[in-house]
Amino acid sequence: MENKDQFSTKLTRRDFMKKTSLAAGGGILLSSLPVGSSAYAAANDVLNVAVVGCGGRGTGAANQALNADEGVKIVALADLFRDRLDDCYNSLTQAHPDGDRIAVPEEHKFVGFDGYKHAIELADVVILATPPGYRPEHFEEAVRQGKHVFMEKPLGTSADGVRRILKAGREAKQKQLNVVVGLQRHYQTNYHEALKHVRDNAIGKITAGQVYWNSAGVWVRERQPDQTELEYQNRNWYYFNWLCGDHILEQHIHNIDVANWFLGEYPVSAQGMGGREVRTGKDHGQIFDHHFVEFTYPSGAVISSQCRHQPDTFSRVAEHFQGAYGTIEIDSSNKALIKDHDGVVLYDHAGMNDPNPYQVEHDKLFAAIRNGDVISDTENGAKSTLTAIMGRMATYSGQVITWDQAINAQDKMVPDNMTWDTPPPVVPDENGDYPVPTPGVTNVLSPESTVSTG
Amino acid sequence: MKLLNNLINTRNHFITFWLISLPFFLFACKSTEVQSDSSSSDTTEQTQSTTQPASSTATVEYAEEIPGSDQEIEMVLVPGGSYQMGPFENGETHKVKVDSFWIGKYEITWNEYNLFRNELLEDIRTEVYKNLYGVDIDSDAISSPTLTEEALDLLRDNDIPADIISLPSPPYSDVTAGMGTDGFPAVSMTHYAAFMFTKWLTVKTGDFYRLPTEAEWEYACKAASTDDYEPITNTAELDQYAWHRDNSNRKYQQPGNKEPNALGIHDMLGNVAEWTLDQYHEDYPAKLENEPADNPFFSPTELYPRTARGGSWMDPAAAASCIQRRGSNPAWKMRDPQLPKSLWWHTNAPFVGFRVVRPVNEPGSVSEMEEYWIEAIQDYN
Repeated sequence: MENKDQFSTKLTRRDFMKKTSLAAGGGILLSSLPVGSSAYAAANDVLNVAVVGCGGRGTGAANQALNADEGVKIVALADLFRDRLDDCYNSLTQAHPDGDRIAVPEEHKFVGFDGYKHAIELADVVILATPPGYRPEHFEEAVRQGKHVFMEKPLGTSADGVRRILKAGREAKQKQLNVVVGLQRHYQTNYHEALKHVRDNAIGKITAGQVYWNSAGVWVRERQPDQTELEYQNRNWYYFNWLCGDHILEQHIHNIDVANWFLGEYPVSAQGMGGREVRTGKDHGQIFDHHFVEFTYPSGAVISSQCRHQPDTFSRVAEHFQGAYGTIEIDSSNKALIKDHDGVVLYDHAGMNDPNPYQVEHDKLFAAIRNGDVISDTENGAKSTLTAIMGRMATYSGQVITWDQAINAQDKMVPDNMTWDTPPPVVPDENGDYPVPTPGVTNVLSPESTVSTG
Repeated sequence: MKLLNNLINTRNHFITFWLISLPFFLFACKSTEVQSDSSSSDTTEQTQSTTQPASSTATVEYAEEIPGSDQEIEMVLVPGGSYQMGPFENGETHKVKVDSFWIGKYEITWNEYNLFRNELLEDIRTEVYKNLYGVDIDSDAISSPTLTEEALDLLRDNDIPADIISLPSPPYSDVTAGMGTDGFPAVSMTHYAAFMFTKWLTVKTGDFYRLPTEAEWEYACKAASTDDYEPITNTAELDQYAWHRDNSNRKYQQPGNKEPNALGIHDMLGNVAEWTLDQYHEDYPAKLENEPADNPFFSPTELYPRTARGGSWMDPAAAASCIQRRGSNPAWKMRDPQLPKSLWWHTNAPFVGFRVVRPVNEPGSVSEMEEYWIEAIQDYN
């Protein structure tokens, strides 16, 4: 039953790919003509892909690109660290042992802070999957060079970064570049089905909601004896604000973004609270382990957002909304459950065999490149990034933060043109502890902001 | 105790057999604890053996305490015998003989599974560093744990995957889908992770635990009955025994809230599907040798498909039966965004859990145990 269905879903995708290549003239010619900025790729062109940021997600995204389109070749890899780059190369080679689809000679493996520029030069399509602090600089460069982009969320860690993304996003649009942002719920069937029902007025106007990312937390990478402070922070990047932006941004953006999407607007203000109760070790840098924020929208709707990284506590990753006539519950496990206020089920999505949204992102990106369509996820990605940053500003400062204050905040957080000699934006004290934001004290808006530096 | 000595001996081959023997190594270092705990569980058996002895001298029911915790696993005897296995998908049946074993009265819960996760999987580095490299990660004197260059070289030379060392990163997605942990069945673990739990439990308790074979699982589900099997089709009757899609309110339930089968085993028909030891073969009966087949099982050598048995809270009522089989497939990790994909978690299988068995006649040596052990296979699907 379910196995067969899942199998047939897979077959269907394969069949689809087969049909695509047949329609393109019976096969993919392995020419390596660069696609060029605004021209769309003929169906038989090779699409050269560069991966900037070779961690697990960059590697996963590269694999999905390879699975999306038979003409994709991985031609360049860039990372701060050689071992990460090698892991990525080895994984891709093992996943695609046949043919020459992983075509990365030694001279196209770029290690260091400026490697991304060289990798981007070699590509038609760029995967940007470094820690989010670097995203604005990398996206600007990809757009400047006229490349199509898949980039992971969030799109920066500061308002400064968001402004840069928005500006580069306008340029990308002018150049007709495809930009897909890894907010994969936008590529997930149950979300689209649920939204259809919301737009059809199934629950009336949404007046309130709760969005959650409550979980045990993520990995920690321990300091090694030969590391400089800057290397350590880049290895253990999740716990440093200039690189990660805190988990309210790095993970919970998914759920906050769904609120923006379903309401069809961005909040005017945020206020909330947060702190560190459990995850307080020296390897845990400076981020909070919980945040609770109220986002108020122009329509008057209020969305409660909660995110927590604490083991052995109630876990939920989902979005719930309430409207005049009913309620809706959605999550990334393909749930979409709509009920009226008497509890009568109006819609219950059967999503066991829905396609993999991580794959759909790439299927759509490469189909758009082939067909001359333009996907532009940048503006929403940037504004949802800012929404989560605004939530962080509220929990760090303990103040009400308006959208206008947030978008105009002056803290750059990430240094320009970094090298291994750049002083890290934050350093530990004599005990090895990093500064942690303090509500009522931490300044989040001015150029002297203490979000990153404490 | 001979067995424990053998376990300790595996320490000498630690590097060579890293994946196989790692947990044994770790707990061999705590052999005193293991010994005392295994004797205490013997005591438990003796005190409880006053409840009706079965045909053999084996205890009918006992509770295995997990040392160092307040958790215990209740075990029920399934007296060995022969039965007609099936009918399979093609309608065939095949006579099969299984030896006596104990099986978990309930599915393994998060309370039990998380002991393994926390202790073995998350603190593994501490032990490894301390024992191999003399580095005390928890020491206050060191602000952060350190690995010597020598140690790093050793790891690289032995090709030890990064996610064994830093293993495993907590799952990125919520594997419980918000359905609760305290007293609820553990789900979404890979077949390998379920196997590793049984290996951990073996070292922890000194008793040999493993996943049931398909043949054992079905025999236990049928309550060791030799009669021809017919699934329960009457909904009202089925609802007394099984959680399925139409009565589970879209979530898994705490084990033991439905009636048990004739041997006193709960939730085999539904709630969560359960891993068995076997590679999944659609033509299972055709692959069996002899009539009856003697304790058959198909040791997995491929990552997919592996066999889960029984229905789940997500499956239709018709799947709540002792003959329900399914093979795992890569779609069970569909939402795993990385490559290679997790050794430990199925992002898209919140319907699969497991229960443990312990054969009454334990293997006499580690090499006999090894027949039931599974190698880690990286997932590049």
